[in-house]
Amino acid sequence: MLNPFRLFRPLGFLAGLAACFALPVSGGVALAQGAGCNAGTLCIDLNPRNFKPLPIAIVDFTGEAGQGAQVAGVITNNLKRSGVFEPIDRTRFPEQNIAFDATPNFAAWQSAGAQAVLNGRVVRDGARLAVEYRLWEVSTGKALLGQRHGVDAAAWRRLAHLASDAVFERLTGETGFFDTRIVFVDETGPKDKRRKRLAIMDQDGANFLALSSGDELLVTPRYSPRGDRVAFMAFGNGRPRVQVLDLGSGQRNVIGQDGVMSFAPRFAPNGGTLAMSIENNGQANIVAVDLGSRALRPLTGGGAIDTSPSYSPDGTQIVFESDRGGGQQIYVMSAEGGGARRISFGEGRYSTPVWSPKGDFIAFTKQRGGTFAIGIMKPDGSGERILTEGFHNEGPSWAPNGRYIVFFRESGAGAKLHMVDITGRVDVPIPTPNFASDPAWSPLRSAR
Amino acid sequence: MNMGLSRLARVSVVVALTAFVAACASNSTTDPNAAGLGGATTPGSVAEFQSAAVGDRVYFDTDSSEINGQGQAILERQAQWLNRYPRYSFTLEGHADERGTREYNFALGARRAEAVKNYLVARGIAAGRIRTISYGKERPVATCDDISCWSQNRRVQTVLSGG
Repeated sequence: MLNPFRLFRPLGFLAGLAACFALPVSGGVALAQGAGCNAGTLCIDLNPRNFKPLPIAIVDFTGEAGQGAQVAGVITNNLKRSGVFEPIDRTRFPEQNIAFDATPNFAAWQSAGAQAVLNGRVVRDGARLAVEYRLWEVSTGKALLGQRHGVDAAAWRRLAHLASDAVFERLTGETGFFDTRIVFVDETGPKDKRRKRLAIMDQDGANFLALSSGDELLVTPRYSPRGDRVAFMAFGNGRPRVQVLDLGSGQRNVIGQDGVMSFAPRFAPNGGTLAMSIENNGQANIVAVDLGSRALRPLTGGGAIDTSPSYSPDGTQIVFESDRGGGQQIYVMSAEGGGARRISFGEGRYSTPVWSPKGDFIAFTKQRGGTFAIGIMKPDGSGERILTEGFHNEGPSWAPNGRYIVFFRESGAGAKLHMVDITGRVDVPIPTPNFASDPAWSPLRSAR
Repeated sequence: MNMGLSRLARVSVVVALTAFVAACASNSTTDPNAAGLGGATTPGSVAEFQSAAVGDRVYFDTDSSEINGQGQAILERQAQWLNRYPRYSFTLEGHADERGTREYNFALGARRAEAVKNYLVARGIAAGRIRTISYGKERPVATCDDISCWSQNRRVQTVLSGG
């Protein structure tokens, strides 16, 4: 018997429709991501020159009482926050429900201003829950997408995230980013006695969970490439060292040596190596640690502050910050160390470089004239673009699709998390229960 | 009558100024000003080290780990005191203000602590008595979000143990 709750089973009769061909974009626009729209099928052009948010109607899913509306609500929130879609207000819906097997009234939806309609149903099978849905092009009445996802009922929000990713991918030609989580530092208490806890939540702020007690100072969590572990710096017993937490087992391992401050950890794409800084006699240098043997390889030397290493997605290079030339600037070197060349040359100080998972950009924090900006540049240092500026933005981390960046913004009382896109057009808060800093975006959960 | 009023006004100014200073520094449990104003402290005590007679903190310029003139004066007194009371070992806590990125500030705090360590060792303090740690920007003493506070947070604090 077929298991109807397998993940990612496209409905047969619609298979093959879901191709949104990526065409190279001509014209040399700096931020073109290579995903163009081919004529004749509904597709959102993310090129800033042509971009317009797409009006879409997400109709309450039918089936399981209440659950269908909740799923539609999560999808609506996701698509709206992405800045790519403009979900139509339900008060303007010509039909509040569309049976799963029915065809929408396209003429009515057209008058309501919708270019796409999403409808579906929620089906329960014991402890599991599934969604089936269809995405329609209003102008032609064509079904663009039909899919089914199943999960444990307790994790029902993932159904909405998986559906959001499928819609995003079908209509933009880019990979989605909704079925992801964010680890970060939860902050409570007065500013001079902050209680900092390692915390994790979904990318939309749901399912918040604290992973440490707050008895120890803990900062800068970073995801492993598979999303199964988190590296961070913690001040256990007054000894600031890098540690790795296994999210499955809850087991913690100290990576840094005793008596030496280690900080700024970042996994290599192979997951078996960690780059970090170690401090000796006031000098901070970057080392690579083999997580199996714990063997430690120095990658930089000298009296400067070399820190915030981040690997290129192919693992051959490391971008890092150094004050070897005076102030903080960004450099790229071989992942084996050596061959460092400076890539940041604008006015001000550049820090916290992070290589995009697509390899095309490096995100950074930039300080000039008392402000802190989040920006991106190409790996050769060209094409710098400031995405948000003010006092005080810091610590970018990429969404797995390389189109969105999460960071923290400090404004007097404390820090909160925000998300920007690589055009700087989208800038939305990510809700957290308390103050929050040092966010790190997980890989796509469904890609594991 | 007039004199009384003007005295009252002067007292109010002093009270207001004290409150202003306290607002920036009140969160510290080891405020040197508070100890200093209290009068005599026991020679060789932690309180004396923290008082204005010695001073347990050295302040730094923005993004700098150089020990300035004021800092040298304090470290000279610290060295004298620590040489007189060798029963103490101590930790040099390096700190940075919030106008820097987190990871860099850990390194900057470490650099400041190292600069103070080198200064004290050059004045005859045994390196074995000294431990250094950097808190980066994680432990501000002043949180009022302007220049007066930031300058108090760029510091190395000498924390005694033993004795």
